[in-house]
Amino acid sequence: MNIYVLVKRTFDTEEKLVVSGGQIQEDGAEFIINPYDEYAIEEAITVRDAHGGEVTVVTIGDEEAEKQLRTALAMGADKAVLINTEDDVEEMDQFTAAYILAEYLKDKEADLILAGNVAIDGGSGQVGPRVADLLDINYVTTITSLEIEGETVKIVRDIEGDAEELETSLPLLVTAQQGLNEPRYPSLPGIMKAKKKPLEELELDDLDIDEEDVEAKTETIEVYLPPKKQAGRILEGEIPSQVSELVSLLRSEAKVI
Amino acid sequence: MSKKVLVLGETREGALRNVSFEAIAAAKKVSGGGEVVAVLLGEAVSEFGNELVAYGADRVITVEHPHLKSYTSDGYGQAFMAVVDQEQPEAIVFGHTAVGKDLSPKIASKLQTGLISDVTDIEGEGADAVFIRPIYSGKAFEKVKLKENGVVFITVRPNNIAPLEREERSGDVSSLSVDITNLRTIIKNVVRKSAEGVDLSEAKVIIAGGRGVKSKDGFEPLQELADLLGGAVGASRGACDADYCDYSLQIGQTGKVVTPDLYIAAGISGAIQHMAGMSNSKVIVAINKDPEANIFKVADYGIVGDLFDVIPLLTEEFKKVM
Repeated sequence: MNIYVLVKRTFDTEEKLVVSGGQIQEDGAEFIINPYDEYAIEEAITVRDAHGGEVTVVTIGDEEAEKQLRTALAMGADKAVLINTEDDVEEMDQFTAAYILAEYLKDKEADLILAGNVAIDGGSGQVGPRVADLLDINYVTTITSLEIEGETVKIVRDIEGDAEELETSLPLLVTAQQGLNEPRYPSLPGIMKAKKKPLEELELDDLDIDEEDVEAKTETIEVYLPPKKQAGRILEGEIPSQVSELVSLLRSEAKVI
Repeated sequence: MSKKVLVLGETREGALRNVSFEAIAAAKKVSGGGEVVAVLLGEAVSEFGNELVAYGADRVITVEHPHLKSYTSDGYGQAFMAVVDQEQPEAIVFGHTAVGKDLSPKIASKLQTGLISDVTDIEGEGADAVFIRPIYSGKAFEKVKLKENGVVFITVRPNNIAPLEREERSGDVSSLSVDITNLRTIIKNVVRKSAEGVDLSEAKVIIAGGRGVKSKDGFEPLQELADLLGGAVGASRGACDADYCDYSLQIGQTGKVVTPDLYIAAGISGAIQHMAGMSNSKVIVAINKDPEANIFKVADYGIVGDLFDVIPLLTEEFKKVM
């Protein structure tokens, strides 16, 4: 089975954000594989181990993203591809990313493409479905279970807390929701092996993409932090009296009940 | 310049969702005085048309087909694109719901346009509209607009944009016949997990539990309070990782991002990744044994105490006054 995983390098979830000059400051920040993409990588490895084939992880970014690709290889992916857009693309949006990925994937005859259902930085959740549309294959988002039996793919997906059971077939793009699996940590032998696994670097020229074709459709005008919340009130006294004070505050002062 | 705007209306369990009325209000702003046309897709949905008019839609188009009974991206995609072909809108608004999130990228891709998703506020109107959306799960915000002329396409986060006042108005409700074919996904079953049908992303009240809840059973008093207040129960990653509850309840940067009117955090210490998912709630109450817990820094009201003492008392107290 020919399996591809779309991954993104993101800020660690434990990072505090600093904005200056209208941009998020990246200096000194820890970066990770987008946590939802980790579920996708894990699932890809599981599917390959059960059905055979090869797992290729693909990302768009600059050289820094090699670290996350090596991590994916150490988890057990077979090959990695970095589409380096540093010199060619100034502003990227979901249209741009999907276009580039689809151009890369269009002649790969992928059976299964996996991605995270959302990246924890931009949070748009668009790239997966957009890629599927451009490749004209079916997609299923926010999946929590995947079973492939011959031609049939049985999936459970999370729809706002409910579980939807469905059937579809390959080729297919799925996006991973939390609960799909428990991503493995790279083992020491895995890390050693990963150093020797192929990591291909491509630029837009290699994919015959003109810079104009991938010009972002949207524009970010400003990035800012939400206003700091004022410290709230810690109630005092015996617990029962605190509780009745709270109820009356919620009704009369906060007016939310 | 005024715009013609299409809005996708959504139903859930036999009623229109609130987010559809919010999407109409957003569409009014985006239209800058242009026409707002609501779209309803389903097996039998025309009965809901007039209600969308009452909330501000100028016109409603329904597409009814047995293949639209359950949502699939193929079925809804074909139906919605047929409406787009007929109406040639200049803007589109969806709710940022399970359906909206799944369908909007497909439609945006087909229209080769930008999609500004999960919008929480709109500045300006018509051609000058600028959209505000959270990034890093609410740790920061960005203002975004479409770069060039094209279809302006946004999804709006539930609970953030106020719906218009309901008023009796009249507007045309018409149907469009679409041949829905070649569905690549077959829906077999939906297992209801969310209690009482109150969805976390739309809940006005959320009672969330963390590691302090200690066990699966520990969520029971929280559920009781949530039921009383017509709210939903949520959880921190700690509680989910400890297997006290299902991951579908998780609130945080990995998990759901919520903005209810009232968020009660019980036994949650307040890790950065959790706070990203809830700190934009309107009113936050923290209940924790540890007076140093981080959660108190974002709380409007705090009670230092054991949640198993406080929550049942809170339920009793609310019962008295409601």
